[in-house]
Amino acid sequence: MIDQKVVEYIAKLAKVEINEQEKDFLSSQLSKIISYIDKLKEVDTKKVKPMRGLYTGKELMRKDQVKISSAREDILKNAPDFLDDYFKIPKVIK
Amino acid sequence: MDKKLIKSSACEIAKAIKNRETTSSEVYSFFQKRITKLNPSLNIFIDIYKNSSSLGGLSALAGVPIGIKDNISIKGKKITCASSILASHKAVYDATVIEKIKSSGLSLMGTTNMDEFAFGSSTENSCYGPAKNPWDKTRVVGGSSGGSAAAVAARLVPFALGSDTGGSIRQPASFCGVVGLKPTYGRVSRYGLVAFGSSLDQIGPITTNIEDCAHLLNVISGFDSSDSTSAKLEPGDFTESLGKDIANLKIGIPKEYFDQGLDPEVKKKLDQAIDFFKKKKVKFKEISLPHTQYAVPTYYIISSSEASSNLQRFDGIRYGKRVEADNLLKTYQKSRHQGLGNEAKRRIFLGTYSLSSGYYDAYYLKALKVRKLIKNDFDQAFQELDAIITPTSPSPAFKIGQKTEDPLSMYLSDIYTISSNLAGVPAISLPCGFTKNNLPLGMQLITKEFDEATLMKLGSAFQQGTDFHKKIPELGNV
Repeated sequence: MIDQKVVEYIAKLAKVEINEQEKDFLSSQLSKIISYIDKLKEVDTKKVKPMRGLYTGKELMRKDQVKISSAREDILKNAPDFLDDYFKIPKVIK
Repeated sequence: MDKKLIKSSACEIAKAIKNRETTSSEVYSFFQKRITKLNPSLNIFIDIYKNSSSLGGLSALAGVPIGIKDNISIKGKKITCASSILASHKAVYDATVIEKIKSSGLSLMGTTNMDEFAFGSSTENSCYGPAKNPWDKTRVVGGSSGGSAAAVAARLVPFALGSDTGGSIRQPASFCGVVGLKPTYGRVSRYGLVAFGSSLDQIGPITTNIEDCAHLLNVISGFDSSDSTSAKLEPGDFTESLGKDIANLKIGIPKEYFDQGLDPEVKKKLDQAIDFFKKKKVKFKEISLPHTQYAVPTYYIISSSEASSNLQRFDGIRYGKRVEADNLLKTYQKSRHQGLGNEAKRRIFLGTYSLSSGYYDAYYLKALKVRKLIKNDFDQAFQELDAIITPTSPSPAFKIGQKTEDPLSMYLSDIYTISSNLAGVPAISLPCGFTKNNLPLGMQLITKEFDEATLMKLGSAFQQGTDFHKKIPELGNV
């Protein structure tokens, strides 16, 4: 059961603002989805190792070298706000 | 020539260009005009390019135009993922598949509609509104690569690229009557694909027939050092398997995929396809994939967990829409609130919940363990089988609006496609018939990892003996 309190807590973790109406439908829809997902509890997984990706232990490594990937000016064109070579953000410290 | 172009496959168009019966710019402007006329009523393309950025190459497909799902980066072009948070975003680099497409001389036609960030099975979760099914405009195109599948079905482009995390290439291919392949995880580079579920995502071809599918897979596949999950394999030629003998191949029929919930018309067409293969001396065996019923819940935990992590980058700071607020935290919260749609929020919330302290073991870790059991089912089946046959989706395309109020029923329309993403194995959807109401249906073939060759063999044998893939929806005089 995902009640409105839990929804508020998840919203805080996910950094998404939610209004009363959204709290309402997210709580009822997520509860329904979670109760369906709870079906997984009936599977015996005591002796099963979790599958953390498809190439266990064979992931590719590369040298940690600095390479130019994209042009700085192209990247900054997509930024909502910037100053010189920096992204500009709202005030953090009071 | 125009009438001929509609009926031609990508390979046939490339041949006509090579033989000087037409030129790539004639072909390009033909499809551009067709898109301009039909797109207003079908809502399939998001961005229609004015001219091809083809560099001219010498591949078997040179000069043929292609549609690209709007979550694959094309340098300098808009990439929105059908989300209002990215409405004005432009890609700053080419995805590896786009580099390959450009250097093979294909022409980029534009970007296609999709569910926001690929979250969905109907292309209704798009900030541009739903795409319409060319076979019946009151029905959905499937999703999330619905725009790409419908574009190919309506012959707005000869072929297209989609991405598949839980069936997002195959289910819309089935709903639109075209061929859709999800390659083995690692076969095609994901570099430049906007990430949804990184351990599940694959880019793949959507085409009118199997020959085009093999050629397009040749173009896009291969090792890429920019994708650490890319498989280090020698490049193969998938067209070599076309037309090869299929006698004595062994195909499994998993009983779990044919029980209640399967539309009787879908079942009938599957039985007919099985009979077709039996006449070609293919051997069939009923099998069990016992963890099938757990695939959908496992998938929604894993894919939503990965999505909630991948989508943290959309915070209104470095790119995308920013909603100004008086401090940084509120800027994040408001930008994400206004920029992300309802389904994106549901997935982010479900994923955040599954990964949160106190629930991690019960949900995320549990799902990783069940994923292993699902993979074991396939590994075991392929010890004695060459392929598995299933329906692609339990039903034909449903009505627009029919499932939008009930997310769970929408999730269940991917019940037959999800397992192959969890197991990492390749799977293809092929047109296998039509309902009484003239809606296309698809069958799915699955093989062991890196055995796309067997899919090509079976697919080409089926298409040599059937003409479902040659049917084109009636769209009036264009």
